[in-house]
Amino acid sequence: MLSFIGRSIIQKTITLFFVSIVSFLIIHLAPGKPSQVDPLNPKFTPEIVERFRKEFHLDKPIYVQYVYFYRDLFTGKTVSWKDNQSVLGKIWERFLNSLPLFIVGTIITWTLSFPIGIRSAIFRGGLYDRSATFFSYLLISVPGFFFAYVLIIFVVTHFHVPVIGLKTFGIGDASWLRMIMDRVWHLLLPSVLGATGGIAILSRYVRSQMLEVEGQDYVRTARAKGVPEEQVHYKHALRNALLPFVTMFGLILPGLIGGSVIIESIFSWPGMGRMAYEAILARDYPIILTVNFVSAVLVLAGTFVSDLLYLVVDPRIRL
Amino acid sequence: MRRRSGFQEFWRLLKQNRLAVTGLAIFGLFFCIALLGLVLTTGRNPAFDPAMVRLQEKLRPPLSRPNLETLRPEEVPRLGVYLFGTDDLGRDVFARMLQGAWVSLTVGFVAVGISVIIGIFMGGISGYFGQNHPSMDTLIMRFVDIMLCFPSFFLILTVVALLPASMYNIMIVIGLTSWMGTTRFVRAEFLSLREQDFVTAARALGVNHWRIIFRHMIPNAMAPVLVSATIGIATAILTEAGLSFLGFGVPPPHATWGSILSDGKRFIFDAPWLTFVPGFAILIVVLSFNLFGEGLRDILNPKLRERY
Repeated sequence: MLSFIGRSIIQKTITLFFVSIVSFLIIHLAPGKPSQVDPLNPKFTPEIVERFRKEFHLDKPIYVQYVYFYRDLFTGKTVSWKDNQSVLGKIWERFLNSLPLFIVGTIITWTLSFPIGIRSAIFRGGLYDRSATFFSYLLISVPGFFFAYVLIIFVVTHFHVPVIGLKTFGIGDASWLRMIMDRVWHLLLPSVLGATGGIAILSRYVRSQMLEVEGQDYVRTARAKGVPEEQVHYKHALRNALLPFVTMFGLILPGLIGGSVIIESIFSWPGMGRMAYEAILARDYPIILTVNFVSAVLVLAGTFVSDLLYLVVDPRIRL
Repeated sequence: MRRRSGFQEFWRLLKQNRLAVTGLAIFGLFFCIALLGLVLTTGRNPAFDPAMVRLQEKLRPPLSRPNLETLRPEEVPRLGVYLFGTDDLGRDVFARMLQGAWVSLTVGFVAVGISVIIGIFMGGISGYFGQNHPSMDTLIMRFVDIMLCFPSFFLILTVVALLPASMYNIMIVIGLTSWMGTTRFVRAEFLSLREQDFVTAARALGVNHWRIIFRHMIPNAMAPVLVSATIGIATAILTEAGLSFLGFGVPPPHATWGSILSDGKRFIFDAPWLTFVPGFAILIVVLSFNLFGEGLRDILNPKLRERY
């Protein structure tokens, strides 16, 4: 166990190192320079460009830039090129905005997928199963931005509530109940949209896991000795089918920073995805690289946690 | 003879899966429309001009008739009616949809083509030579791990935004960032295939490595690749639409489904057809690929067939 943890941490650190190199190379070898962002701006004289390049070490060779950048990142001194604010501070602020979306979206995904998947598996081949299958394909296939506009049109014309942004602009002195309802309405659509793909995929997965287990000998044995159907499904089958899902808790970790770019820009939600999008537009390399680095850390940490959980829940696995 | 009976068996199984047949039919229709769209919207004097601006006819709803008095003869839409309405510059949405179909189709196929070729190559090398050269196998699989660490849409967005805007860049970037799954499938498939008798026999006959890989092993490893490629096309079309929506797609005035929707978003309450027409088009095409891909998975995997 300990040796597994040790080996895995070393391996993941090496992977992370290469991720940092690859992302640095991708961004610096692409054509165009960050100092050329606004050539039409009359204040952008060659002297200022020169000062800008010196300030951010852009005149040094690329490997020196690499070392400088990651030294700054680890000491927390990286600043955005656009407004000279601390990158980590900016990310943290935006992260707090994206967090509610992530939490509500995850809760919706997990609470809906399980009942749908289990019911499909129990009544496999029936009308419910077939329509659930079709709807999950529909949800996987619908472009998020299209679905967003359909929902906006529906909610705005039927419920007459504003849905764009974090909260209604200028709602300052309303009663607390209205404030809360306002926040809920604003939160609801983006979270539902964030959850759609997850519901479709997860419910299919729950269904196939249930089918797998329902075909096992011990389920047949339970039926044969006269255990009521309810108990067979929920006590014998479901408990064993749940095993792989424990490990999925680790895999949702990267979603923390994922914050969908498209959905956040449609809803003007000041979250991570939107910040990353704005950084890309402004060629703000420190932010792009930091977001990339943090998300790589989360991906690696997620797989590590899920391996570890698997080890804990499944005694058959010995690494 | 054997080959034909294999195909007939495939067809028989496919026909049982109604959703997959529907998917295939829609895909065929989409292919024809995209080809037709390419022919009808390009050239010096296209039958349907997607860039024809008629400011006096802006935001006309679908199926409305053009006002013949204000239009010059060459500005009148070919069908005598705005089938899908017009956008905020009075351009015929039907013509723009026709033009956009070809973009979606080529982006899907070229991007997946690139990723499948890279995937087969890397997975094949890693699976076939892995036992004798473990370092090569490790190198490739670690590279896959590294690539999987990047958030894919964000990476594609970054690279596309840094590169000059063009359709080819988008295809290449989507292809270069989505080969990891195929590599893993092909490697796993090759690891089991290389232990089988027909490979040993081929090796005993002195067939060289590349011939064994390309003639004997790859055809046997194609099933999961085909399935993931079909679903990959759906994903690539969605990604391209997303990029176009954010304004990083094919540069204007060329229309894509994503950009039509993106241009129409300012008018979602006044001109909802600008959202619904391209939206449903993307949805139907992507859905058909997903359904066909899933059907293919059931057919090509005999173990799943007996499931219920």
